[in-house]
Amino acid sequence: MAQQIFAYIAHKDGKADDTALELEVAARKIDADASVTAIVVGSDAVCDEVAASYKEVWKIRSDAYPNAEVIRKALVSILPADAIVLVPHDTFGMDLAPGLSIKLDSAFVADVVGLEGIEDGNLKIVRQEYSGMASTHVSCDISGGAVINIRPGAFQPDESKGAGGSVVDKTGDAGDLSETTRRFLEVVEAEAGDVDITKSEILVSVGRGIEDQDNLEIINELAEAVGGDVSCSRPIVDAKWLEKARQVGTSGQTVKPKVYLALGISGSFQHMGGIKGAPYIVAVNKNAKAPIFQMADLGVVADILEFVPELAEKVNEMK
Amino acid sequence: MEILVCVKRVPDTSENEIEINKDGTDIERDDLVYSVNEWDNYAVEEAIQIRDKVGGSVTVVTVGDDESEEVLRREMAMGADKGILLSDDAFNGSDGRGIAAILKAEVEKGNYDVIFTGALADDGAGQVGGMLAAMLDYPYASLVNKIDATDDKKINVGREIEGGNQEMNEIALPCVLSIQTGINEPRYVGIRGIRKVASVEIPTHGAGDLGIAADSVGEAGAKVKCTDYFVPEMGEGAEMLEGSTDEILEELVKRLKEKGGIK
Ligand SMILES: Cc1cc2nc3c(=O)[nH]c(=O)nc-3n(C[C@H](O)[C@H](O)[C@H](O)COP(=O)(O)OP(=O)(O)OC[C@H]3O[C@@H](n4cnc5c(N)ncnc54)[C@H](O)[C@@H]3O)c2cc1C
Ligand SMILES: Nc1ncnc2c1ncn2[C@@H]1O[C@H](COP(=O)(O)O)[C@@H](O)[C@H]1O
Repeated sequence: MAQQIFAYIAHKDGKADDTALELEVAARKIDADASVTAIVVGSDAVCDEVAASYKEVWKIRSDAYPNAEVIRKALVSILPADAIVLVPHDTFGMDLAPGLSIKLDSAFVADVVGLEGIEDGNLKIVRQEYSGMASTHVSCDISGGAVINIRPGAFQPDESKGAGGSVVDKTGDAGDLSETTRRFLEVVEAEAGDVDITKSEILVSVGRGIEDQDNLEIINELAEAVGGDVSCSRPIVDAKWLEKARQVGTSGQTVKPKVYLALGISGSFQHMGGIKGAPYIVAVNKNAKAPIFQMADLGVVADILEFVPELAEKVNEMK
Repeated sequence: MEILVCVKRVPDTSENEIEINKDGTDIERDDLVYSVNEWDNYAVEEAIQIRDKVGGSVTVVTVGDDESEEVLRREMAMGADKGILLSDDAFNGSDGRGIAAILKAEVEKGNYDVIFTGALADDGAGQVGGMLAAMLDYPYASLVNKIDATDDKKINVGREIEGGNQEMNEIALPCVLSIQTGINEPRYVGIRGIRKVASVEIPTHGAGDLGIAADSVGEAGAKVKCTDYFVPEMGEGAEMLEGSTDEILEELVKRLKEKGGIK
């Protein structure tokens, strides 16, 4: 029997997120014959956009800021008990999905990077653990439905837009959409920093491998030698060694340099998710098995504390 | 304010190279260095700061084995008032829902205003907090990077969202919050601090004490199971520069020049 799969559509400023098309592809990896329904809590414009790629769109009309608590209640009201629900694994999806699975009494799998079909009522899933250092196959019992969070960017979208889908208004079935125990107040925008790394062509990016704030000096020297700007991974900002505006990643800046030097950075998807435009990535890491080496173009296994000063010197010598 | 913080003992990925065991059933655990999940230290620090400001107490709890006691002691050395170990053979092999169900039973024995979890642990899931909240029917916010706890009915919390922006919410108590790194600077714990709490008694609760049916948790209750581990292969992988340091440096500078990496 073909599965009924639902895809939760994230959107912003009246436009569907990139993940909208990725979830549709993911659904067909679960079951090629599945009937896939997009769920849009939002405007007609988003529904129409999404209907180009999904045969069916369920609409819940709302102009409100997406509040996971409210949306969870609405989804529980409209979804069939054994539904398979796909949700993007972004900050909203992380807020919504685990609790949704409890309320639907279904299985939950987070941050899925691969899907290998259904066998004997179990969905075979690929995930990563230990910051991407080990991959694992997970078997998920879908007999009572499942909520599956899909990593953004893990599935290549199908851009053909030939679905010509219909929009079904489910607003009446969704129940009361007012906020109760959790009330949205406002969004506080990130502060601008000294440099705008989103405009940099050369980024010298430093991660936890730098070990100590004082060692940042060698990174500054290399950046000066190559004529680039210093950026970093999240732990450097958490430790308050560099300002937030220099953080590359999903919760930091999205950068589009020509060349990206990743120094002592392991290569988590939240970090790599902030690097766009296919730059030339050079990774220096002391661990030959660091995941960054699978994503970089060029790799050097070395201790950055020794290698970076040598590199700066060589650049100055050969410039 | 009575605060419960859920903590987990995990392999320290910055200290270890993670290897997969011979038959691919697990990672190689023999020589691993373990520590407290990074996110949980931020959660405990936040709890301690709130307690020191408005009064109350901080309890740390973990679902684990005897060795997990060490992470409870570490968090007590940081300043948590009490530790509780939830341990039973029946808990082995629990999925996220199982862990949340075990924690829920312990929450119901207490009288907590706020429950903290970390935003994420070694399994990269970020699921236990949201599940626990839904099971308790408490409001929930994930990825919390700011807490303003001045009221005993409701608190204001900031959630981290994409692009470094922050979403502010007002949440009714009791609630569950998952804490994101960077919310504070967790204090350092020295060996002396650990010694001070070395002999404090830590109660252990099993399935029977918690009134949990053994087949509802553990492997028996799990809908989600890891079947095998393997080394990830993503893309083609980098071209690795090899040779003497000087050869590597020379080649690297040449490439950087070619690709526009030197101005
Ligand atoms: C919701 C959410 C959002 C997030 N957003 C972001 C984000 O925007 N940006 C971001 O970066 N992270 C983000 N993270 C965190 C992310 O998951 C990782 O924890 C983080 O990227 C790891 O940073 P890192 O690579 O510097 O540190 P680690 O993962 O600790 O890696 C350090 C690396 O340095 C190497 N190393 C150590 N010493 C040396 C040495 N002397 N020489 C050479 N190499 C050395 C190690 O082998 C290791 O590979 C987010 C997490 C969550 C949950
Ligand atoms: N075994 C456990 N015992 C106590 N708390 C846990 C356990 N596993 C996960 N948690 C909590 O849930 C958070 C997120 O973990 P996870 O959902 O597994 O990614 C952790 O930071 C802990 O606060």
